[in-house]
Amino acid sequence: MLLELVIFYVAAVFAIGAALLMILQRNPVASVLYLIVSLLAQATLYIQLSAMFVGAILVIVYAGAILVLFLFVIMLLNLRGEQFEEKRPRLGRATKMVISLALLVELLMIVKQTAFPERMDRLMVEATPDFGSVKPVAELLYTQYLYPFELTSILLLVAIVGAVIMAKRGRTDHDEEDK
Amino acid sequence: MSEYLAIIIFLFVGIGLVLFTFFLSRLIRPANPYPEKTQNYECAEPPIGSSWIQFNNRFYIFALIFVIFDVEAIFLFPWAVAFGQLGLYALVEMMIFIFILLFGLFYAWKKGVLKWV
Amino acid sequence: MSYTEIMLISSIKVIVVVLAVLTGCAYSTWLERKLVGHFQHRIGPNVAGPFGLLQPIADAIKLVFKEDIVPNNVERITYALAPIVVFIPALLSFAVVPFGDKVTMFGYQIDMVISDLDIGVLFVFAVTSLGVYGIVLAGWSSGSKYSLLGGVRSSAQMISYEVAYGLSIIGVLVIAGTLSMKELVAQQSSFFDWFIFRQPVGFVLYVICAIAETNRAPFDLPEAESELVAGYHTEYSSMRFAMFFIGEYANMLAVSCVATTIFLGGWQGPLLPPIIWFAIKVALFMSFYIWLRATLPRLRYDQLMNFGWKVLFPLALLNVMVTALIYRL
Repeated sequence: MLLELVIFYVAAVFAIGAALLMILQRNPVASVLYLIVSLLAQATLYIQLSAMFVGAILVIVYAGAILVLFLFVIMLLNLRGEQFEEKRPRLGRATKMVISLALLVELLMIVKQTAFPERMDRLMVEATPDFGSVKPVAELLYTQYLYPFELTSILLLVAIVGAVIMAKRGRTDHDEEDK
Repeated sequence: MSEYLAIIIFLFVGIGLVLFTFFLSRLIRPANPYPEKTQNYECAEPPIGSSWIQFNNRFYIFALIFVIFDVEAIFLFPWAVAFGQLGLYALVEMMIFIFILLFGLFYAWKKGVLKWV
Repeated sequence: MSYTEIMLISSIKVIVVVLAVLTGCAYSTWLERKLVGHFQHRIGPNVAGPFGLLQPIADAIKLVFKEDIVPNNVERITYALAPIVVFIPALLSFAVVPFGDKVTMFGYQIDMVISDLDIGVLFVFAVTSLGVYGIVLAGWSSGSKYSLLGGVRSSAQMISYEVAYGLSIIGVLVIAGTLSMKELVAQQSSFFDWFIFRQPVGFVLYVICAIAETNRAPFDLPEAESELVAGYHTEYSSMRFAMFFIGEYANMLAVSCVATTIFLGGWQGPLLPPIIWFAIKVALFMSFYIWLRATLPRLRYDQLMNFGWKVLFPLALLNVMVTALIYRL
């Protein structure tokens, strides 16, 4: 359908364009805003793939929670764009190049493994119209992928412990500053 | 998919409405700024220092804990919806999941992270 | 129905709902002023029109004619963006609320809902989670200490109550087994099937968290006028201020509509047409909001945060587990 194609291209342009603008921004708050736009566009793309649940998670967890955390950090550190140029980069140019190259290779390998339409036939699974909605996802997640799911709770527990340690350290620093 | 199209229409109508009202009021409202008027409000005194003050890092810790429990809440949604089909097994495993995270909550609680002074 | 017809009907529905929401917001302010007036043995607005019914219109006209004062040290783009970011998520929640049953109009079967998503409840949750940005951005970009403090406080409050807000609905989902708002209404066909009776704890939790999410009394700390002037919208004036104002009332209305749909049987009721029942329930919920504002004093910030994390959140988890156990056994 033509309209869906239009929506796809608009969302795709927004996703990539906003991601680029995010990197090229000096002002960190604007960066976060562009990242939100990019995430919302990605959510649109997921919904077009009838992966409704993934789209919703992307908005709730990434756009609604993690980026709020980012904004808080930026506001906490009081970053407003100007201060960046004075800092000297910690890594040399060569190191940066190597890291970027490694990431690029990794990305290409992932792309190579992805099931694009021409290779879909051997990877295709019987898909019902609502396969990406909440109920089918749940039926897989809580039966077949039970083990990773339970491991997630451990991961989150570790994150809580990390938060506690950071809070402890931050608090003593802060008290000293106050007094 | 037409359901989602309706939401996109809704979004555009909403944005259009806001922009239209802004445009409308720009046409008819007065504009008479002068330096005293465009100062920040600080109880009618000239503002002191930068307005971007450093604030308590406890806000940041709460945001961090919020992210963690938000992820937990997200896992509960599909579980709740498919609860009827999943059976006793799913109930037990979700109990384990919740208890592990409740343990985390009480740990943070006991360590005084959730205390706001 | 052809594609064009669907699009056309959707557009008409969208415009009707947007206009209805705006009117609803305007008359919520009237209702609030009138009710609070009576709570305090005053009369409330009574000059513009009968019972002061034209007061909201007078207010709107006044706001349009006000000068827009932009302080000179704001972060321009974010400052301009914030009022829009506050208003749009508030508006979007209405997209999945069913206002009535199917009706036949001009030979078409029309659903009284803009979009019957099968992830309706998640959609509401997602949109609510975006509401925090407008407030953070307004507070941060204004370049005022009051705004910054108000914005940060408000956003920390919102995220603290958001988890419990999401969890309070889980109990209903366990029973209903669906995320579609239309399905949820359909499952509450008789009076005692209303989820408020099957999930009383969930309902109370939902109401408390919703009040905190919408920054209303007794959780209206971000705008605590005695200490923070007007909180995050201190530096806004004219139509920009109006957007925050409308956004707040749109949020309240959205919460009332969602509460009505999820817990109070939606548009269902005897004798009167569905849309009227829906309006009555929403109006009652709004009156409850206003009643709380007139009755309760504001909480202290540490009390508020403690209450959210140490009472509401564990209680919401407990409610989920107990509900699941009862419905399993």
